[in-house]
Amino acid sequence: MKPAPFVRHVPRTLDEALGLLSQLAGQEGRILAGGQSLVPIMAFRLAKPAHLIDINEVAGLDRLESDGKALSIGARVRHGAFHKLAVDNPLGALLTFVARHIAHYPIRMRGTFCGSLAHADPASEWCLTAATLDATMVAKSSRGTREIAARDFFEGIMSTALAEDELLAEVRLPLLAPDAKFGFNEFSRRAGDFAMASSLVTYRIVGGKMTDTRVGVGGAEAAPRRITEAEATLNGQTPNDAAFREAARVASDALDPLEDHQTNAEYRRDLVRAVVRRALENSLP
Amino acid sequence: MGQPTKMTASKQKFVGRSVARLEDRPLLLGQGRFAADISFPGQWHMRVVRSPVAHGKLLGIDASAALALPGVHAVWTYKDVAHIPPIPFRLTGLVELEPYRQFILANDTVRYVGEPVAVIFATDQYIAEDAAEMVELNIETLPPILDASGDTGPFDAERATEPSIIRKSFGDVDSAFKAAHDVVSLELSVGRHSGVPMETRGAIARYDEARDILEMHGAAKVPWWNRDHIAQMIGRTRTNMHLLEGHVGGGFGIRGEIYPEDVLVCAAALVFKKPIKWIEDRREHLISANHSRQQQHRIRAAIDADGHILAIDDEFFHDNGAYMRTHAATVPDLAAAMLPGPYRVPAYRAVGHIRLTNKTPCGTYRAPGRYESTFIRERLMDAIAAKVGVDGVEIRRRNLIAKAEMPYDLHLDTLGTHIVYDSGDYALLLDKTLALAGWPELQASLKKRRAAGELLGAGVAMFVEKSGLGPSDTVRVDIMSDGKVEVVTGVASIGQGVETAMAQIAADALGVDYASINVVHGQTDRIDTGAGAFASRVTVMCGEATRLASVKLRDKALKLAAELMQTDAASLDIVNGEIVRTGRIGSSMTLAELAQAWPGELTATDTFLSSHMVYPYGVHVCAVKVDADTGAVAIERYAIGYDVGKAVNPRLVESQIAGGFAQGLGGALLEEFVYDENGEPLSVTFADYLMPTSREVPPVSILVTEDAPSPLNPMGLKGAGEGGTNPVGAAIASAIDDALQQPGAITDLPISPQRLKALCQKN
Ligand SMILES: Cc1cc2nc3c(=O)[nH]c(=O)nc-3n(C[C@H](O)[C@H](O)[C@H](O)COP(=O)(O)OP(=O)(O)OC[C@H]3O[C@@H](n4cnc5c(N)ncnc54)[C@H](O)[C@@H]3O)c2cc1C
Repeated sequence: MKPAPFVRHVPRTLDEALGLLSQLAGQEGRILAGGQSLVPIMAFRLAKPAHLIDINEVAGLDRLESDGKALSIGARVRHGAFHKLAVDNPLGALLTFVARHIAHYPIRMRGTFCGSLAHADPASEWCLTAATLDATMVAKSSRGTREIAARDFFEGIMSTALAEDELLAEVRLPLLAPDAKFGFNEFSRRAGDFAMASSLVTYRIVGGKMTDTRVGVGGAEAAPRRITEAEATLNGQTPNDAAFREAARVASDALDPLEDHQTNAEYRRDLVRAVVRRALENSLP
Repeated sequence: MGQPTKMTASKQKFVGRSVARLEDRPLLLGQGRFAADISFPGQWHMRVVRSPVAHGKLLGIDASAALALPGVHAVWTYKDVAHIPPIPFRLTGLVELEPYRQFILANDTVRYVGEPVAVIFATDQYIAEDAAEMVELNIETLPPILDASGDTGPFDAERATEPSIIRKSFGDVDSAFKAAHDVVSLELSVGRHSGVPMETRGAIARYDEARDILEMHGAAKVPWWNRDHIAQMIGRTRTNMHLLEGHVGGGFGIRGEIYPEDVLVCAAALVFKKPIKWIEDRREHLISANHSRQQQHRIRAAIDADGHILAIDDEFFHDNGAYMRTHAATVPDLAAAMLPGPYRVPAYRAVGHIRLTNKTPCGTYRAPGRYESTFIRERLMDAIAAKVGVDGVEIRRRNLIAKAEMPYDLHLDTLGTHIVYDSGDYALLLDKTLALAGWPELQASLKKRRAAGELLGAGVAMFVEKSGLGPSDTVRVDIMSDGKVEVVTGVASIGQGVETAMAQIAADALGVDYASINVVHGQTDRIDTGAGAFASRVTVMCGEATRLASVKLRDKALKLAAELMQTDAASLDIVNGEIVRTGRIGSSMTLAELAQAWPGELTATDTFLSSHMVYPYGVHVCAVKVDADTGAVAIERYAIGYDVGKAVNPRLVESQIAGGFAQGLGGALLEEFVYDENGEPLSVTFADYLMPTSREVPPVSILVTEDAPSPLNPMGLKGAGEGGTNPVGAAIASAIDDALQQPGAITDLPISPQRLKALCQKN
């Protein structure tokens, strides 16, 4: 449980960090953010980075602010920052609700939002959030800055579109409409465990009918994503039990479920049906 | 001698009261000393290189790269320890099992993932781990054996997969089945899980050349037996070797047995003349410390028309992993011996196949053998109830052994003792526990909510535990020159509150405050013999020895005081640490004054002998809600009734039950050591081996009763360590069956949500 030898670099500025990253990425250099995923796998020696570029002292990366259109979340913003409302918008309440389901309190006080996205565990709540809300990822390297749409960002289990010399400097989550509703649900065998299936939904009600519906599913496939088939069944419906059940069924049928020793494909679909329906039910006042 | 005092305070009594734990202060102040806290100057760290394959021929080990790493002092393989015999059996050591004992390092064959094949000695843990990774193992992989219930065959060139069969029986089973009105048959299994203490194992050995004394710190559970046998293995004697226990972060049966690492640090400290420290990491713990529980049973009951049991016939397969460790046949033996439980069983036969597989070797875990066989028996009782068409409570009532039948000879032996239930009123405890659970109202409310579509159910499980294993315990009690009392025991503290309980008993017998008593445990240099802490034995055996020695010391103290106070001993008493005259007039004297007047005299030693165990018993009642969409189980109510004869400290007993319950729950719903088809363990972190956390453990109502004091010791004591764990799998399974309205649906533990979801589909 002791990691292999490594050198820790502690840059103070973004330029310094990006410089180190471009220099060391090819020599098994990795970014260290909250360390809540990286340090355990180093302790198990499943990862043996020769260099850690610790971004915890980099100025400016702790930015958490809204420009009225989107909430910008810097690379040093911890899960725990969302224990209180980050923005006066339904998005703030959504993030607070979701954050409670991530791991346990001490882990939330260190782990970062951007670190979760870079790590790209298929069951990560923040990855689901980013995919469902069509977040924009701001990747920086000494080569420059590029923006990546959420649907292009997640490429598979723990694999993203980030190049090895790129830092995920910031994530932008679009604000929700002021009347937007949201619901979230996940299933795990114990509180705080990674979800075996999770779902986040948002929509508005216009003239009694659901509109702008987003249905995201996480933990069930290699990466979380919006299930447009399920969204289509809901748009134009009044929110009701039958519609929710039908959307849940459609979502679970649309999947290519992950399997592991405690979850076969059929059971994964069962769980997706349950979490989508419950997320929709939770969204009702 | 003190001034005449007016004594108004009456003599304080401590036994039977929930006084605060004496052991908490250092723990709460962060002053605990666990194995990892112990360090010696110049120590070397040991790291174990473990087999990465389940079964294979070990053709060669190349440690040259590791040895070349700066900071690495030495690497040992089998040839360095070939003179050390395999680890001996502590309990139930059948002769035919001896060829299956484990050597401290593998020789030419590896038999489970995690088996020690080499050890590194280095200046620090980091270098030791770096070096361990550089050791190249040349292993020719062989097909692993992973199923314990298939055909028997060779385990390797010299050994078979079935080293022994446990057989226990009484009565005429075959005739009973011929005459039976009906027969109920079940196939059931319990999953592989184990005690997972918060503190992993650790051992620090230090050789003091000047005094020729070898010490091992990090001991737990059975330090004296381990001292004697490690000494024998490495060519020392019980007089020049000591085992010393610090704080212990949980025992549960698995911690404190002799493992390869304990012997390795001791042998290395002697060879290198350096302190050697080994602290286990969590992954190592989950693949190398004893596993437990994995059994498959095929059981049948012959019954009459009313569901009375006429005979039980059980055949089972016990998966012991790759070696027979210190417990040898203990777990399957206890499973077979305790299976009949609280019911009248006129004829009984158990055939237990001990099987070897290429998995981590097994030993005891809290309620060993009984968690398993209670699950089997109580599933059988529920099946009989379903067959006859009565409810689970009624079928149990019909079959319970009556109070008038006590003491009840079970006609079976285990752990070298003959099983005679010493006392018990099982029906009374059933009534009390049902009342505690609010059974009639519970049934009514379940009915109402079921009608509204919820999947709800309730179940009951009953059991008899065993405790107080002899044969003897010796205790020395001293009054020190400052008037404080020291109780030196041969037991160990695994967190259960032994210091408090022994202090309470000694305080009452002597007439002093329990908080003025220092209880010494787990130090082989303080008392010559000791049986240690297992089998819920400490309060019964050591408790009575403590009382005997304290009474003896009181008599002695009064006799010596009588000479000084010029009176006779019969007119003196000890009250709150002071020697006073009965009637409490005239001069008194403190124990400190007496001890100073008679230096070295105020000491007494006594021994309690017992050839029979004592049998506490209990009832668990459980109500669950099953989530039909996900297969999740929520425990809505859980009530436990347990009779311990006499509770020295009721709160300690309740804590034992509450903690034990959490472990029973883990085995029922969450914890399992899973292997893939190559024998690769999949449950090697706390992300995969699911321990219940405070969020998963529901509140439990606990009723401790004293309706059946043991007639086998004067205080009526019975042990309390395992009743919280024993029937949890059984009670939850019964409640889930009821919720699904599918009698007999639950056949295997742990009950996974995936399996339960599939069962819900059938509704
Ligand atoms: C017991 C436990 C339970 C957990 N349960 C959950 C859970 O239920 N849900 C959940 O979502 N998570 C869970 N986690 C993971 C936790 O949320 C992590 O904090 C998170 O996954 C990673 O964030 P981090 O800041 O700790 O990243 P680190 O561990 O520091 O890094 C993770 C990886 O991302 C890379 N990285 C980090 N930041 C950046 C960046 N800005 N740009 C580029 N690459 C970067 C690192 O190089 C590394 O490869 C759990 C963790 C533990 C220990």
